[in-house]
Amino acid sequence: MPQVSLTVNGKRHTVEVETRTLLVELLREKLGLTGTHVGCDTSQCGACVVHVDGTSVKSCTFLAVQADGASVTTIEGLAAADGTLHPMQAAFREHHALQCGFCTPGMVMSAIDLVNSHKERMSEAEIRHGLEGNLCRCTGYHNIVKAVAAAQEVMHGRAQAAE
Amino acid sequence: MGHEGIGAAVKRKEDERFLAGRGHYVDDMNRPGQAHAHLRRSDRPHARILGIDTAAAAAMPGVVAILTAADFEAAGVGGLPCGWAVKSKDGSPMIEPMHPVLASGKVRHVGDPVAVVIAETRAEARDAAEALVVSYEDLPSAAGVRDALAAGAALVHDEAAGNVCYDWEIGDRALVDGAFAQAARVVRLALTNNRLVPNAMEPRAALGDFDPSSGEYTLITTSQNPHVIRLLMGAFVLHIPEHKLRVIAPDVGGGFGSKIYHYAEEAIVTFAAGRLRRPVKWTADRSESFVSDAHGRDHDTVAEMALDAQGNYLALRVSTIANMGAYLSTFAPSIPTYLYATLLAGVYKTPVIYAEVKAVFTNTVPVDAYRGAGRPEAAYLLERLTDVIAHDTGMDRVELRRRNFIPAGAFPYQTPVALQYDSGNYERTLEVAMKAADWAGFPARRAQAQARGRLRGIGMSTYLEACGIAPSHIAGALGARAGLYEVANIRVHPTGSVTVFTGSHSHGQGHETTFAQIVAEKLGVGIAQVDVVHGDTKEVPFGMGTYGSRSLAVGGSAMVKALDKVIAKGKRIAAHLMEAAVADIEFADGKFTVSGTDKSKTLTDISLAAYIPHNYPIEELEPGLEEIAFYDPKNFTYPGGCHIAEVEIDPETGVVSMVNFVAVDDIGTVINPMIVHGQVHGGVAQGIGQALLEHAQYDQAGQLVSGSFMDYVMPRADDLPAIHVGTESTPCLTNPLGSKGVGEVGAIGSPPAVINAVVDALREYGVRHLDMPASAPKIWSIIRAGQSRAAAE
Repeated sequence: MPQVSLTVNGKRHTVEVETRTLLVELLREKLGLTGTHVGCDTSQCGACVVHVDGTSVKSCTFLAVQADGASVTTIEGLAAADGTLHPMQAAFREHHALQCGFCTPGMVMSAIDLVNSHKERMSEAEIRHGLEGNLCRCTGYHNIVKAVAAAQEVMHGRAQAAE
Repeated sequence: MGHEGIGAAVKRKEDERFLAGRGHYVDDMNRPGQAHAHLRRSDRPHARILGIDTAAAAAMPGVVAILTAADFEAAGVGGLPCGWAVKSKDGSPMIEPMHPVLASGKVRHVGDPVAVVIAETRAEARDAAEALVVSYEDLPSAAGVRDALAAGAALVHDEAAGNVCYDWEIGDRALVDGAFAQAARVVRLALTNNRLVPNAMEPRAALGDFDPSSGEYTLITTSQNPHVIRLLMGAFVLHIPEHKLRVIAPDVGGGFGSKIYHYAEEAIVTFAAGRLRRPVKWTADRSESFVSDAHGRDHDTVAEMALDAQGNYLALRVSTIANMGAYLSTFAPSIPTYLYATLLAGVYKTPVIYAEVKAVFTNTVPVDAYRGAGRPEAAYLLERLTDVIAHDTGMDRVELRRRNFIPAGAFPYQTPVALQYDSGNYERTLEVAMKAADWAGFPARRAQAQARGRLRGIGMSTYLEACGIAPSHIAGALGARAGLYEVANIRVHPTGSVTVFTGSHSHGQGHETTFAQIVAEKLGVGIAQVDVVHGDTKEVPFGMGTYGSRSLAVGGSAMVKALDKVIAKGKRIAAHLMEAAVADIEFADGKFTVSGTDKSKTLTDISLAAYIPHNYPIEELEPGLEEIAFYDPKNFTYPGGCHIAEVEIDPETGVVSMVNFVAVDDIGTVINPMIVHGQVHGGVAQGIGQALLEHAQYDQAGQLVSGSFMDYVMPRADDLPAIHVGTESTPCLTNPLGSKGVGEVGAIGSPPAVINAVVDALREYGVRHLDMPASAPKIWSIIRAGQSRAAAE
């Protein structure tokens, strides 16, 4: 079986995987990082989004072997060591942007990449378009959009964090 | 500590673990020695199973066991039970066919499970399941109710002649027919309510385990009601007594009804764990969810309203055919009857109503409750019919509604279809919503849109629903095979912190916060001092679970009842400690005070005394401070309100854009407005999804063609507008909180508002009605046809 060496949330791992093993399976089953979820089998829902070398990736459509040598960040790796939430996590809490919590990790990871790649202030319509790859069945996206709009101000240094 | 009690928009206690990726959903859990199950499902809608050749699969790597129907039959495993019995017009019981955990003899829908493979890994189980050779003899099939009812249609179950499960009625037909004979005018509308897939984001999963030393089984499952699953699976399917069966529903990633029911996979993993003496886990792929989670809606209806010359509603006559799917899911028979036809008065004072409902078996996934469950179908019918009456008679659609509203002074109001409404003010929610939506300013907005080449429409619905189910004696009289009370156990610990054990289950609703707020309000403690435990039959005494917007109205009321008992006991302890009469003790803001004095004891003083009863009325009072309450509701609750949708259509593409949505709902007492708004947002999103995008579509061959997120159009962020939410409150008079429930209002009120707006936008094309979903191709065709008609004239 091939070996994959990768850094996940700052920790180095070397793991034996089957060639068909998906990155999400490696994270959930081999490393016990179950914060990353699987909500579909057609790369449509985005519950499994993680960052690979700083860019959002649907980890259900990414072979573990492709992550060899990469640095992966999952929802578990976002908060500071003292537990301080990332501004996006804090904004989700502040604006009630999660209900059942299942889509939340992928939604937060996608939203962070979206904001990182838009230094200019995004409009509501741009945020909605940018979140198109993530499904949420609980919130109607209303509060998610509000949270992302608030977080972009904090992440780009235009406002203080919610907490 | 600021105000954290009833009415405070406090942030949720559960969020931190979900935001940090520390939620515990079923698929996140693993037990030592665990094996994995994969189900081989039918790819045929209807076929005789000629044989299952397991030889090749059994030889595959990692395979532990292969089970088929024969294994379950040999072990005496029962069928999946139905929890609600409905009688036909002639008094005969509904046809209730056996629903085996694995298909026996024949398969009845695509997705019907025929075998289960258990292997060391999930991938090995899947590989081996694919290597099973199942031979079928195909049979003719029917997916739609009209096809299933057609003469000569193949029978889904031999015992259900004509594929009819029941043919039920409510109301006085002769009285209604008489009113129609006298009517100045009759307006008729045929409509469908489109079939939907609930699609909670977490796919169903189940993990079974067996402990040979205690003889106890454990099932960890994605359920909205673990005690109900324990009862149904233990008593009817696997014959395990309650004290040897623990059911845990941990963090559950959304339900919307689809996780109420007892599903075959739960029994399969529990049975297999017992047989193999090792844990067995199954997690659905989304593709499996589409063909195995109960679907929702799927009605085919003709409705007629008799009117006088002034537009007063005289009588309503409704005939509905409801698709049950291939088997009866847990609550299926009650949805198109007691949760639908009893709502056909809506907010209107229609004096007489008759409805008949024919429930039909088809070769499709079973249909059961999906967010709203029967009530969206009733509201859609009434609110579409009302707009069509306005269209046909030329009356103003707002005035028509006002003319027929049950007036605010008429409560309690007895409807002709069994329900008695306790409170409401439909005129008020209408006014507030019209103002918020700037209804009066619409003509100007339409003119502006026209100048931009867009078709703009506005529509409303003034809906009502019934939730907080249900008084057990009424439910029982209507065929429910269970009580519908709720249970709460309040444990005040020695140093004054509190644990609540509730039979309600939170799968997104935020009970860990709102239920703590109720304790904060009643006992004067901070919500950080309160933990809410739910979802484990070993910790929570009993419970009927969460559905039908019942958690606050029923589960919350049980908490209030238990908290009142805690306070009553606390008063007796306080009276002893302060040497006063019990009648003189007052309790407020966490303090027991001797009335008219400055003598007081805190809750912690009392809880300490209760657990360290040195100075204690031990002869007359037991130590400890823990109370349990079962609350059986006196009536349903009746949320209602007004939803207004505004849309723009691009005539070149037929795409409908939601430009504004206003929801003003009367839900009684609000515990946490932030959470209430979130519930409405989510419900409205599902309602807009039903109206514009979603459709579980079967083709003539019986295949679910919208069977993935590539094909079934789930609302995405850019399909939806910002949603304006307003709440009004006429408190519920029949429960101690005054709360009516909010979980489903969004999904009930919104679909007719959206379709009324779409029809309004298309009025120049002569559209009187169109069926959901109002998809772009459908609208484009209507516009094209209208244009060619206009050109021809």
